[in-house]
Amino acid sequence: MKRLFPWAVLLVFASVPLWLNDPYLLNAFITTGVFIIAAMSLNLLLGYTGQLSLGHVAFFGIGAYTSALVSLGFDVELLFGIRVVHEPWPVWSGFIIGTLVAGLFGYLVGKLSFRVRDAYFVIVSISFAEVTRLVALNWVELTQGPLALTSIPPLTLGLPGVGYFDFYSKQSNYYLVLGVLVISYVIISRLVKSRIGRAMVALKENESLAVSVGIDVTRYLVLAAVISAGMAGAAGSLYAHYLKIIDPDVFLFLYTITMVIMVVTGGKGTLAGPIVGGLIFGFIPVIARSFAAPEVQWILYGAFMILILFVLPQGIVPAIEKWFGVPNESDEARQSAPASAKTQDAS
Amino acid sequence: MTNSSQTSKQPVLTLEHIAVHFGGLVAISDLNFVVNEGEVVSLIGPNGAGKTTAFNVVTGFMRPTKGEVRYKGTSLNNLKPHQIAELGLVRTFQRTSVFQNVSVFDNVMIGLHRRGRSHLWDTLLALPRERQSERELRDKAREILGAVGIEHRAYELAGALPYGDQRLLGVAMALAAEPSMLLLDEPVSGMNPTETMRFMELLTRVRALGVTILLVEHDMPMVMGISDRIVVLNYGRIIAEGPPAAIQGNPEVIKAYLGQGAKQRARN
Repeated sequence: MKRLFPWAVLLVFASVPLWLNDPYLLNAFITTGVFIIAAMSLNLLLGYTGQLSLGHVAFFGIGAYTSALVSLGFDVELLFGIRVVHEPWPVWSGFIIGTLVAGLFGYLVGKLSFRVRDAYFVIVSISFAEVTRLVALNWVELTQGPLALTSIPPLTLGLPGVGYFDFYSKQSNYYLVLGVLVISYVIISRLVKSRIGRAMVALKENESLAVSVGIDVTRYLVLAAVISAGMAGAAGSLYAHYLKIIDPDVFLFLYTITMVIMVVTGGKGTLAGPIVGGLIFGFIPVIARSFAAPEVQWILYGAFMILILFVLPQGIVPAIEKWFGVPNESDEARQSAPASAKTQDAS
Repeated sequence: MTNSSQTSKQPVLTLEHIAVHFGGLVAISDLNFVVNEGEVVSLIGPNGAGKTTAFNVVTGFMRPTKGEVRYKGTSLNNLKPHQIAELGLVRTFQRTSVFQNVSVFDNVMIGLHRRGRSHLWDTLLALPRERQSERELRDKAREILGAVGIEHRAYELAGALPYGDQRLLGVAMALAAEPSMLLLDEPVSGMNPTETMRFMELLTRVRALGVTILLVEHDMPMVMGISDRIVVLNYGRIIAEGPPAAIQGNPEVIKAYLGQGAKQRARN
């Protein structure tokens, strides 16, 4: 039953484009899906290692810009008359390079700021996001600045001899985002259930104790930062190729806050939390739009967030798990060893 | 100075001229002692004598102002705590000795970290090596919980355990990290006599595995009962060193720490 549940959920979401013809709603599903991927990546840092990255949108934006620029090409003059010309590359390579470059920045920020922890990490991450936003705004030659990068080609998937497919329609983009979301979910799920995930939780819970049993703090924090940043970059790349236009506003602090709200209301440190929180806060503006003025929409958004955290301070998913008595991760170990579990019950 | 049967063995842990200053405060002035392989050594002394500081220096949580710590010939001065744990020198903590919000079983799984053989790719691609390594770790965790005697509480949150069991879990985690030497910081403080007895039995078994033990403890019956050798600290320096019987009768130790009651008991 418990094993079938994720498949059932996946099946429901896979069927959405088959019965939903409203392009506006489908668009809402796609952008929500992109932000859920970003929120899941933030959850890896915030929920499992306990580090709050308030500059997470930087990785999202770096992924978006890198991916767009790789597929569009650019021609910039650097210092001392060095000129860099880049011819457009296939779009799928933009997605991969965008993910890798975001991951690389995750490594740099991780190395730099995990020497300073907690509040200092929050400050470093905010500053980093603000610097990337200013670069995107002012390096006009590369990014077009406030004029935005336009005509970004849709993602294409080419197979030699078979032909290629481009993700131009809303339906195809929906499945693309769903696919990347599932892959991200599987990566995080495998990671947190492994020895690596246990090391991350150990660092969050009690760092001195963790190092005393031989866990290398920096290594696992940097690893979490790299994977988290790369995943956010992949989400940013999907966003750029879907919208076909990006401007420095992708680096807005507001987007980071949106991701944090999704993670915290859904339940940080749970696999399903960012998905549940993401769906709720991705769709509140959509639903509220049909009956409320723009200002009222934001008030509803805020009120709903406060209500959830007031009633369920741990988030929605932990509350549901508690309510239905869903077994947690350690119980899986018990299930995998029925013989010894029985003897333990008997004693 | 010592006449224990263990002294013929090789010294594994050596502290040479260790000094620790916090600003103007001298926590440890000049500490020299060795622990030999397979020995149980206790570090005792009044509060503030520098026992926990000495522990922190040995395990890399604090840098000595002067002097050198060596374990099996390797200098520990510039190593990080997790690197020292890699060498097999594993400690427990005085107060927060377990991960409170994690199940007892997973606490031991975390302790087993060093024994895992799977790499990042094994985990991400769910390769057979990952499953095999996890299975081995789970078997090992059950074995350790059984050895310590808290397997019936495996799936409770560690923070929900009674105090005595939390201390046992702390030791279980330390044992999971495959120590060749175990440093225990007041392991039986807050335990009742029955729990203390259980703990001493456990230490005897751990010792039989060949693990060297350095103990900081205030519980004198336990210290006297289990130690091969005792090092007495006062105001950051050693005031006496020797087997339990000699320490119990040492007038300076009685004056500084044990008190006159101990003198009378020793005489009886």
